[in-house]
Amino acid sequence: MTRLTSLTLAEARDGLANKSFTSLELTDAHLGAIEAARALNAFVMETPDQARAMARAVDARIAKGEGGPLAGIPLGIKDLFATKDVRTTACSKILGNFVPPYESTITSQLWRDGAVMLGKLNNDEFAMGSSNETSCFGPVVNPWRREGSNTTLVPGGSSGGSASAVAALLCMGATATDTGGSIRQPAAFTGTVGMKPTYGRCSRWGIVAFASSLDQAGPIARTVRDSAILMRSMAGHDPKDTTSVDRVVPDYEAAIGKSVKGMKIGIPNEYRLDGMPQEIEKLWSEGAAWLKAAGAELVDISLPHTKYALPAYYIVAPAEASSNLARYDGVRYGLRVPGRSIGEQYENTRAEGFGPEVRRRVMIGTYVLSAGYYDAYYLRAQKVRTLIKRDFEECFARGVNAILTPATPSAAFGIGEKGADPVEMYLNDIFTVTVNMAGLPGIAVPAGKDTQGLPLGLQLIGRPFDEETLFSLGEVIEQAAGRFTPARWW
Amino acid sequence: MSAASGKLIKGATGDWETVIGLEVHAQVTSNSKLFSGASTEFGGEPNSHVSLVDAAMPGMLPVINEECVRQAVRTGLGLNAKINLRSVFDRKNYFYPDSPQGYQISQYLSPVVGEGEVMLELDGGRTATVGIERLHLEQDAGKLLHDRSPSLTCVDLNRCGVALMEIVSKPDIRDAEQAKAYVTKLRSILRYLGTCDGDMEKGSLRADVNVSVRRAGATELGTRCEIKNMNSISFIGDAIEHEARRQIEIIEDGGTIDQETRLYDPGKGETRSMRSKEEAHDYRYFPDPDLLPLEFSEAFVAGIKAGLPELPDQKKARFIAEFGLSPYDASVLVAERESADFYETVLAGLADKARDGKLAANWVINELFGRLNKEGRDITGSPVSSEQLSAIVDLIGEGTISGKIAKDLFEIVWTEGGDPRALVETRGMKQVTDLGAIEKVVDEIIAANPDKVAQARARPQLAGWFVGQVMKSSGGKANPQTVNDLLKSKLGI
Repeated sequence: MTRLTSLTLAEARDGLANKSFTSLELTDAHLGAIEAARALNAFVMETPDQARAMARAVDARIAKGEGGPLAGIPLGIKDLFATKDVRTTACSKILGNFVPPYESTITSQLWRDGAVMLGKLNNDEFAMGSSNETSCFGPVVNPWRREGSNTTLVPGGSSGGSASAVAALLCMGATATDTGGSIRQPAAFTGTVGMKPTYGRCSRWGIVAFASSLDQAGPIARTVRDSAILMRSMAGHDPKDTTSVDRVVPDYEAAIGKSVKGMKIGIPNEYRLDGMPQEIEKLWSEGAAWLKAAGAELVDISLPHTKYALPAYYIVAPAEASSNLARYDGVRYGLRVPGRSIGEQYENTRAEGFGPEVRRRVMIGTYVLSAGYYDAYYLRAQKVRTLIKRDFEECFARGVNAILTPATPSAAFGIGEKGADPVEMYLNDIFTVTVNMAGLPGIAVPAGKDTQGLPLGLQLIGRPFDEETLFSLGEVIEQAAGRFTPARWW
Repeated sequence: MSAASGKLIKGATGDWETVIGLEVHAQVTSNSKLFSGASTEFGGEPNSHVSLVDAAMPGMLPVINEECVRQAVRTGLGLNAKINLRSVFDRKNYFYPDSPQGYQISQYLSPVVGEGEVMLELDGGRTATVGIERLHLEQDAGKLLHDRSPSLTCVDLNRCGVALMEIVSKPDIRDAEQAKAYVTKLRSILRYLGTCDGDMEKGSLRADVNVSVRRAGATELGTRCEIKNMNSISFIGDAIEHEARRQIEIIEDGGTIDQETRLYDPGKGETRSMRSKEEAHDYRYFPDPDLLPLEFSEAFVAGIKAGLPELPDQKKARFIAEFGLSPYDASVLVAERESADFYETVLAGLADKARDGKLAANWVINELFGRLNKEGRDITGSPVSSEQLSAIVDLIGEGTISGKIAKDLFEIVWTEGGDPRALVETRGMKQVTDLGAIEKVVDEIIAANPDKVAQARARPQLAGWFVGQVMKSSGGKANPQTVNDLLKSKLGI
């Protein structure tokens, strides 16, 4: 059944619609692939029985001509999304065997549209990480390897399980979340397409919160078109999330193949970093050339506050996280490590339940919000955030339709290679955090390979709620660069 | 705004002034909680009114309850306060099992209601104005149950997330009496508005009291202590008196006051330290990123304003102007919404309220409230209905019965019930105004008592004896004025 797993989501959708195969067959093919790929550690929970039951039910619906836009499509779900009656842990020990009695808004929309759940995907603990090494279930392995090397590489993070599973053809698409780059960076590391929509485009209800003002869910998919198809089902206003926006969800797929002629593409000077690898430079110019060839106009732009984005991000995100994670106290659900007093129970539970990176961020966040430091850190970071947002607004006001940047400063690195210095790890997000700080949509599209044969991605940043332009431009790059699939070794 | 002077406290070295500010937590009257759809009903089985949001399950988000916002705006308008069209919800971070989120959603820098004021009426007709600093919305906490298990503490989250209005006064209060008057007045306003039931026993209204002292005439504020969680008006008064004396003693002994949080023990009549300033939490307030700023329009406020009920101060002024009530009587009637409502229903039942409105007030206050107080009942449990009282007042007003007979009639209605007008008929209680009938009685008594006649002619003030005799022999039904006039002319005095 290998043939079925190598289809794109769009192809599978068409195959299901003209009854070339059933959802059960498609689902079984993926379940088999998952079983054979346990070495990747992409899934932390496989739900084959549920997947087959859902597939049978949707096959019946398809037979009656009632299938939805995702009818019969098997997906993987990041473990940050609450799934009713299926263990949801955010890959943290502190949630233990937590089984939510509720379903996140996004996943319920996917099931409403006929998708099938294959299982829950690994991620960095509470989505805090850029390599998927902080998960309590252990690191995810990137299906890509350097040419001629057996070194296991990280898939990026925090949506490492989603990226790895999509790249290794274990699922047709996956849900992911992005707080500072957690969709786009792993997509770039695995040769997949990752879309982080505008803040407010998708509901956050039922997604374990990391940093509420930055978190946004989106898809990781095999192609730009697949990504557009998934976005349509994931997006939408939710009265249960007052930060979600009440705007019509467009038919994103219709943007694929739309002419980009005359579009103004900004090339931001500040994204040219000192010591940036030559191959990243080259990739970037190549991408720009492809867009120009498609009729777009390239303009040099300046986003002067870019250099403050990463430090400001590492104040805002931990601050919100320190408060969001206060609920994991061992009182009502999840891990409880008793103590002689309630204070001791809190200390014991949280010390044992949280991994080192989460503890570090909770402490940073607590520090920057504390009396006497709030103004110097949190308040100032929020001001920086306003300035970053204004940088983008000024460019868009001058007619720029989208901004092209590299997605990451390097290709995937080895597992354990960057563990020692947390700041070195944080630098992975240098091109992506600005987008979260400004609440804008961003897409990472595979655009080439480095000298060792590893995929590299480009990022397109769009105007608020203009995901469609990103899909149109992304597809131009995809058409020029081709698709990237790892050679199977597992 | 300057505070009214209060009662000074005599210390060993001179007179001291108490400076008091209150933070009142008033539970908002609403069907569901501030940020979740769970019920706010009091007294359910533990943890029976708890939504996923209240229990702070992973991924849950708060959604503001518009009715609670309306109630806060309504209250702000009732306090003559500035309504802020834009306010912000903040997180107040602290760990405690009664707070599942690990933070309370509150309003810190930008409250929904700004400055306002409350008018107090004090003994002897004095008044005082207390400034309101702000009113903000916040979540209530759950409750810890220590009596369910010998070794464990249990948590009941029913109250968790219920909307509270924290109403912060300026430090304008100068003694215990003013503080009690302030809480009483505030509670009355909230009840008139229907924004809080004011039930202190159920914890719907609680106060934190900030107390400091300074030498009489001083203008600098002293170091304050906060007495937490007071749930009775009389305890608030007692606690202030005790706390002020404690502070004066310390200062007079050469000590200094430590800023701290204290608890009042009504049994022992003392306050004791709960935590010092050093132990105070660092709440790490920051704007809640799950909630957008709370914004509404002038029109929204205007709509609420148009629907406001008449408040006690306005009602009092109207009672004085329309019915000539004394300010004191008017205050008594408007102090509680139920009393004012009762009086107004009595008014509505009167044949001539312009004539008898004041009489009705006397009857409501002196006869009815007096009797209710004596029997420890409140107006809702009154055996005499407003219709019955209207009828009694009508009978007096139209001259059918005298005030004295009316008291007998009231007694019958109180104990046996019945229609007052019918009772007057069947029991022959009608006042006799028939001049001939009264004259006959007067003549008889004059004829039978020639010695008294002589005495009365010599000393006219002794004529009262004749009035008494006539009234007695008429069974109290003779019109006293007619009797007086007749006697005067017959006796030639």
